[in-house]
Parts: sequence; C-alpha cells; structure tokens
Amino acid sequence: MIEVGLNHFLVVSTLLFSMGIYAIVTRKNAIMVLMGVELILNSANINFIAFTRFGNFGLQGHLIALFVIVLAAAEAAIALAIVLNIYKTLSTVNIDEVDSLKD
Amino acid sequence: MITLILPNLSSDLLAILPEISLALTLVAIVVFDLIFSKSKRFLPFISLVGIVITFAFVVLQFGDPKSAFSVTGNNSFLSLDNFSSFFKILILITTAFIVLFSMSSQEVNSCPDRHGEYYALIFGMVIGMFFMVSANDLILIYLSLELLSLSSYVLAGFVKTSVRNSEASLKYIIYGSASSGIMLFGISILYGITGSTNLHEINSLLHFTAASQLTFVMAVLMIFAGIGFKISIVPFHFWTPDVYEGAPISITAFLSVASKAAGFVILIRFLKITFTQGLDKSGYWQMLPYIDWQLLLIVFSIITMTFGNFAALWQDNLKRMLAYSSIAHAGYLMLGVAVLSDQGLMAVLVYFSVYLFMNLGAFYVVMLIANKIDSEEIDDYKGLGYSLPLLGTALGIFLISLTGLPPTAGFIGKLYLFIALVDANMITVAIIALLNTVVALYYYIRVLKAMFLTKSEKHIVVKLSPLNYTVLFLLIAPVLILGIYFTPLINLAKESIQLLGF
Repeated sequence: MIEVGLNHFLVVSTLLFSMGIYAIVTRKNAIMVLMGVELILNSANINFIAFTRFGNFGLQGHLIALFVIVLAAAEAAIALAIVLNIYKTLSTVNIDEVDSLKD
Repeated sequence: MITLILPNLSSDLLAILPEISLALTLVAIVVFDLIFSKSKRFLPFISLVGIVITFAFVVLQFGDPKSAFSVTGNNSFLSLDNFSSFFKILILITTAFIVLFSMSSQEVNSCPDRHGEYYALIFGMVIGMFFMVSANDLILIYLSLELLSLSSYVLAGFVKTSVRNSEASLKYIIYGSASSGIMLFGISILYGITGSTNLHEINSLLHFTAASQLTFVMAVLMIFAGIGFKISIVPFHFWTPDVYEGAPISITAFLSVASKAAGFVILIRFLKITFTQGLDKSGYWQMLPYIDWQLLLIVFSIITMTFGNFAALWQDNLKRMLAYSSIAHAGYLMLGVAVLSDQGLMAVLVYFSVYLFMNLGAFYVVMLIANKIDSEEIDDYKGLGYSLPLLGTALGIFLISLTGLPPTAGFIGKLYLFIALVDANMITVAIIALLNTVVALYYYIRVLKAMFLTKSEKHIVVKLSPLNYTVLFLLIAPVLILGIYFTPLINLAKESIQLLGF
C-alpha cells in the first residue's frame, strides 16, 4: 500500500496545469480555451491545499482555495457572457475567425 | 470565549476609508440607476462626487504611513504608505478624466440605458486598483488584479453591437485569464516553498534559507509574467494592440494609464519588498542573490521599447499606434525600475505623472475627432489641422510631449529617467533608450504631417461644448506647465518613494 504524499498531489496538479496550457494553445473553440483556464486555476488550488496540508501551514491554503473557486466562477460567468455576445454578433465561437483587428 | 481575530478592526476600517467610499459610490450608482431609470445623466455627477470625496480621504492619509489588517506582528495585508497614496491620487485623477471623457463619448452615449453598469464597472476597476497599489500579500494582489481585470473585460466590450468591441473583450479575457491563471500557479508554488503569501514574510525567509533554485525561479517568473501582462511588456503584449484598438476610446485611455500604473506598483512592491535586503547609502537596493533582476529588467525593457516603437512605425490606425506607443512607454518606465534605486523609483513616479496627462490628452483629441468623422485612420486626418486648428494644435502638443521634446512635460519625465540611468552608470542602456526616442519621433510626427502638411478639400466642423474646452484645457495646462515649472512635482515624488518596511 503506497502512502499518498505531497508529491502525488504535485504530480496531479502539474499534469492538470500542462493540460490547461495545452488546451489554451491548441484549441480553436473559445469555450475549450476557457476550460483550459479553469484547469489551470484548479491545478493551483490543488497545490494550495496540498501544501497547506502537508506543510502544516494552518488553514491559509484552504481559505485561498475558497477565494479562487469563487473567482473562477465569476470569471467563467463573464467569459461565457462575452462568448455569447461574440456568437450573437459574428455567429462563431472559433477564435481564428474572430480576426477583424490585426496589423 | 471569543477571541478577536482582528484586534484593530476599527482602526483598520478607518485606514481603508478611501476604498469604502469608492465601494459606497458604486452602490449609490447602482441604486440610483435602478430607482431613477429615466435620468441617466446624473450618473457621471454622482461618480465625480464619489471621486472628490475619495480624493479628500487619500490626501488626508498622505504623509501618515501605516499598515492595516495585520494578522501576525508587522506583516499586514495592506500597507498604506506615501507610495500607494501617490498612485491612488494618480488613479483618481485619471478616473475623473475618464468620467468626463465618457460624458461626451459617442460610443458610450450610444447605449444610454446601460450607463449605470458602465460607471459601476469603472468604480469596480478603481477599487481593484486601489487594493493593488497597497496590497502586501500575494493573494490580495491576485484578487485585486482579478477585480480590475474582470471589470475591464466587460468594459472593453461595452458596445455589444459593435464587432470591434466584442472582439476586443474576447481577446482580452482569453489572454487575461490565461496569464492570471499562470500567475496563480506561480503563487501557489511560491507558497509551497516559503509557507507564506506575505511579501515581508517571504523576504525574511529568503534571508536565511537558500530556496531550491530552479523551482523558486520558475515560480517567480510565472508571477512576473502575470504582472508583465498587466503592464504589457513585450513577450506578454499580444492583447494590447487589439484591445486598445477595439475597446471604446474612454476605456482604452483608462487601461493605458491607470491599469498600467497599478501593474507597475505591484511590480515595484514585489521587487523591492521581496527581493531586497536593505538600501545602501545612496539609495540603491541591495538585492538578494536569487535572480539577476537588473539584467532581466533591462533586457525586457529594451526589447519592449524597441518593439513598441518599431511596430508603431507602420500603423495606420491612430488608436493602434497609440497602443504600440504605450507599449514603448512601458519599456521606458521599466527602465526606471531596472535602475533598482530610489532615484529610479522617483523617475518612475515623475514619468507616470506626466504620462497621465499627455496620454489621456492624445486619446481625448482622438475621441473628439472620432465622434465626428467616425474613424481613427491617419489617412482620414489629412488636412484636419486647418479645419480644426484648436484640436490639431492640442494633439500636436500631446504628441510632442509623448516624444519627449522640450518644453513639454514629457521631456521632464525622460530627463529624470536618463539622469537616474546615467547616475547608475548604465550609459549604454541610456543611449539605446535615447535612440528609441528618435524612432518614436518619426511616427508621432507622421500624424502631425498628415494634419498640417497635406491639404484636403473636405472641411470638417467639430462643435465643442464648454465641457470639452474645460477638459482640453485641464489636460494641456499640466503638459505645458510641468514642462517649465516642475519643482513641486519632483518634491512630491521625493516624498512618495518610501515604501512601508524600509
């Protein structure tokens, strides 16, 4: 039986972070990109909680994670509203097709 | 037995009176908007009253540095020093101008039923910036940065029917949320290494323990990337031209001055509190030997200003050109930080004070002309200097000041920057910055050439209201006066460079 330690959590969070970055870089659909951002925020949350649990830093990490969850929700709401508005004006959510502003 | 978690709650609340009054103004705007839904034109006046009251509280706090919301010992969440008060004053002046801009902006007035949310969101941005400039804790820095960002994402796309606006806000939120997510990941790793998010605590830990080099450097660079996004330095600047061109002009002006100022304060506080072990006699910061900040900042700022200036050369849209010019100005400002001394810091404060007026002024004239001709293309400005002599001359003054030529205020900003550089024996860097100014001259003058040296048959008349004249005067006067009589500004900046804890 393997004892689950800090490193296991860090591996999971790093994987999530990398997947988030991968989604942001490769996906064309705006919703998919925003899901990548959520993955990054949650990987940071796992870090905070794992560090505070295994480093005996008190409750600070848990509180930070709560703040970040609220913030991620607010960000998702605003992002979806903006994407919805883009869909109404341009009938697409593909980032590559939203390109009227360029050099 | 209930123990008080915050024993000094009442004095702490008194310390954040400016922020409280801003929040109350926000609530007042929302409530007024709901109750008197027919008379939206009072909203800017409520905003202005709120700004004046907040200004009074900030001025009262000036010269009385203290910390607020301390949990353990001296390590507090907020440090209300002269440095933060100085930037709060700059932010409030900018906000007042933005409210005045918005009153005559055609873009904002095209959606009269949504004025309530417009001014409320502007105050959301200002509250975020106020906490940013005094935040002492990485989590508070992150939260306030997001408060600023979330409001500005919405404002960048304020005119929902305009394709340009919608596109600007989409690009802004995608780049912005990704970069702030990376910043948060960096903060979480820094928290794991040091066990604290307080800048002072991290600093004292770094004194005694040798942190694991690679992880620590990566975490710090991730945080630096998040801040760099906000101040739009070069590898993180992708959003700037698109958002600045697409957003309503009043919001572009706000982003280019106030939000950049708040980002710079975070950068300076993060550097000076976390990575120094004290000051030497002549005011140079003695940095902890983890990262060569001087080299890093110099490299970033030279790349930033060179890229900004050269990219601005072939822009045909005036707003986009001003966006690249604001990237270049971020490079100059970062050079002031790169000196890593109190003198460099003073140069940054002086530069920001004059940058405020000249940049806002340039955007104001562009807005007034765009209200009429509905275009920001430089080609459409041909001959405008003759049909609009007043606006043409005003734009000329602002652009010359942005270049940094005497006798305008822009010269004073650059002068103090170069003095700081030369005093720190960074002659090569100073010469590169000087050559950059020459490049900048070309694209600023190009606008003036189109306005004054080309003839056009079109005769355009822009009717200016008394309000327009007043705002224009309030912007031109400091640009001209500070170019000649700048002692008070220098003295104020000298008083404002002290950060709490030094």
